[in-house]
Amino acid sequence: MTSAVKPLERTAKVSRILNFSCVDGPGNRMVIFLQGCNFNCISCHNPHTINHCNHCGDCVPHCPTGALQITKDTNENKVTWVSSLCTQCDLCLDVCPHQSNPKISEISVSDLLALIRKHHFFLSGITVSGGEATLQLPFIIALFSAIKADAELSHLTCFIDSNGELTLTGWDKVAPWLDGAMIDLKSWQSETHQWLVGRNNHRVLASIKHLADLGKLHEVRLLHIPGKSDLDIEVAAVGKFLAGLPESVNIRLNAFQHHGVVGEALEWSKCSKSDIEYFHSLLYQYVRRPMSLPGVYS
Amino acid sequence: MTQALSELQQKFHNIITNPNLSPKQKTHWLSLEAEASLPYVAVSDAVREVMADGSVCDMFEGHAPFKPRYVLPDYAVFLKNGSEYLELAPAQDFDDALNMLSIIYHHVPSVTSIPVYLGQLDDLLMPYVGELTDEQLYTKLKRFWIMLDRTLPDAFMHVNIGPADSPVCRTILKVDAELKQIAPNLTFMYDPAVTPDDLLRQAASNICECSKPHIANYPMHAAAYGDKRFGIVSCYNSLPLCGGSNTLVRMNLKLVAAKAKDEADFLESVLPYHSELMRELMNARSSFLHQDSNFFESFLAKEGLIDEQRFAPMFGIYGMAEAVNQLMDKAGKAGRYGHDVEANELGHRISARLAQLVDEMTVTYGLNGKAVLHAQGGISIDDAVTPGVRIPYGTEPDPVSYVQATAGHHQYYTSGISDILTIDETVKANPEAMFNLAKGALMAGYREFTANVASNDLVRITGYMVKLSDIARYDDEGSRTNTTFLGAEAAKNTGVLERMPRVASLEMTPALAR
Ligand code: SF4
Ligand code: SF4
Repeated sequence: MTSAVKPLERTAKVSRILNFSCVDGPGNRMVIFLQGCNFNCISCHNPHTINHCNHCGDCVPHCPTGALQITKDTNENKVTWVSSLCTQCDLCLDVCPHQSNPKISEISVSDLLALIRKHHFFLSGITVSGGEATLQLPFIIALFSAIKADAELSHLTCFIDSNGELTLTGWDKVAPWLDGAMIDLKSWQSETHQWLVGRNNHRVLASIKHLADLGKLHEVRLLHIPGKSDLDIEVAAVGKFLAGLPESVNIRLNAFQHHGVVGEALEWSKCSKSDIEYFHSLLYQYVRRPMSLPGVYS
Repeated sequence: MTQALSELQQKFHNIITNPNLSPKQKTHWLSLEAEASLPYVAVSDAVREVMADGSVCDMFEGHAPFKPRYVLPDYAVFLKNGSEYLELAPAQDFDDALNMLSIIYHHVPSVTSIPVYLGQLDDLLMPYVGELTDEQLYTKLKRFWIMLDRTLPDAFMHVNIGPADSPVCRTILKVDAELKQIAPNLTFMYDPAVTPDDLLRQAASNICECSKPHIANYPMHAAAYGDKRFGIVSCYNSLPLCGGSNTLVRMNLKLVAAKAKDEADFLESVLPYHSELMRELMNARSSFLHQDSNFFESFLAKEGLIDEQRFAPMFGIYGMAEAVNQLMDKAGKAGRYGHDVEANELGHRISARLAQLVDEMTVTYGLNGKAVLHAQGGISIDDAVTPGVRIPYGTEPDPVSYVQATAGHHQYYTSGISDILTIDETVKANPEAMFNLAKGALMAGYREFTANVASNDLVRITGYMVKLSDIARYDDEGSRTNTTFLGAEAAKNTGVLERMPRVASLEMTPALAR
């Protein structure tokens, strides 16, 4: 996968690739996680996907297998990850002070196409996720358009999992190759959203409406954090907003849990099965159609 | 009892007084002990040695085989002609057909004494559907299904359906998902040229419900045995219809590889030596069955339900993962089976060599003089040896990588190979993903696709199903189904439930009183 990158070919910073996922859109999907995010959610389940590595080297001495090495690149320190030595113990993620991850691969469109080709009989499609995938939009467009132009792969659906912060112009650019988007709605009041993720939610709401108009909205995900997010308090407004979306849009309720979470959000209470069922009953009064509930609570 | 018991009598006594066995189960175990008290069929010292060191084993089939391991009667002949021996006229309608099948099943022996093959039920029953409505069909098949589970409670007992679409095929899938019983086990045949995608989808969503059916690659099996001339029985054994397997002998590749200096020594010397001893053992066992037991004098043979010529010995292997890893170690290489391309390719070379050895070998009682190669799914006493060619418990990669690492083996194992994929329970909300996986696996060259959904109460312990709740209960109460205690033993000995999440497949039972 790390064959020589052709000059000029688009690459992306990829933190992880899953060959099998049944929770990132319809059917089995290859999920490509891109590094970097423009939100800074207190409740983030994957904080190490937020920033790009600044090569400070703090994680290097903590690696038990020597998979992390410091090399000199035009006199700057560079942290290199040797995947063959890595045991995926994730100690490096724990010690990174910078919400980052040294285990990033720079992957080109043609490398990814080769991988997708190898697996295409197993797939309904691919989903790019993050981090915030759309921060690397030109790469996504290059990848999706290459898939759609390839006779063997063109039946695969191309999905984006996003926080919804992308501009409408951005969505319009990728729309010709996009089959579906999954957008998180984390709070209803802009102030709550600002507090929770560091930005207001105007663009998120606009993205949801715009994607629905384009017929590209696959799913809206609501993260219920009892007592912290305001989706339950504002249920009438949230419910009416969702009821205005096309019937084909899946509405998924996610329950806040502690795995991966760091800092103050660890003090928050987890969302139990009964919490989510109560929230569902409130929302159902407005939405009046089936919604997806979490399969597992941990 | 004042009189001291002999060792043998003590064994009988232990079985008879076991608080967890029903009278019928006791009878079965007593008969095994009786057979085991006879001298073993005559074999050379070399065979005795490899049996003693564990490299070759006879699967506890018994010392003096008087019935084949697996019998696949041609039930169509029976329904069409009736049976003189059983005093039954040919079937006239659907009820007749079900009734006749219910009767004949009790006359079909196997290694567990419960039949392992119940027939290609859609092909068998469709001619008798007549004017029945879907509702009537559903009611009748549901009763039949409940009867099977309650009277023949053994998860090795296998029904086949597909590849063509039919009301019987659809109704069986519906009833099976609804009842979620251990028995019968179910294989759905898939043929891309014949099976509609939505039927495969229904089968895939059944797997999400109850980890059944297995999906068999119909064109691959048909190429080996001929169109409609085979069945899938027990745990993924593909065998000739109107025949079966007279014996199954298996080689522990882990132990055999330990005797080799390196790959070349293994492939060119150690493996051929042990294969020859396997041949001797298969011949000795099948000769006793065919020549001395009088089995082939039975009405099954006389009335054309089976044909002595269509039985073959199964040449089983297991412990591929450990064999490959040892040979990699000997070559000073760090790559592990299931994860490293070089290790996986070494595995494929071993399978190719085994297939060649079996193909070049003539046996006394075989199908066209040949044995059939089988990747054996393990039994409950196996400890630290991985079934068949599977990737070891707890180290499995994601299901797609799993399939791609092992698909290269499937072409070689004519009489079956079982790779079991464990899928996270989130798939239940997205059965399309199971459909993708099944299709991908079959396209990649899988002979059989089997998946377990992690949270399902029905779990495969090596090819048969047990209920997890039953395993927990067995030690206290005993179980109504014959396979649960195998599961209980396998779960304790092989870490089967420690798989990620959990899976396994097993096949046959050692003696209870050991
Ligand atoms: S996850 Fe890999 S790179 Fe990170 S500390 Fe562990 S072994 Fe080292
Ligand atoms: S991953 Fe974090 S700790 Fe390691 S070099 Fe990058 S920024 Fe520094």
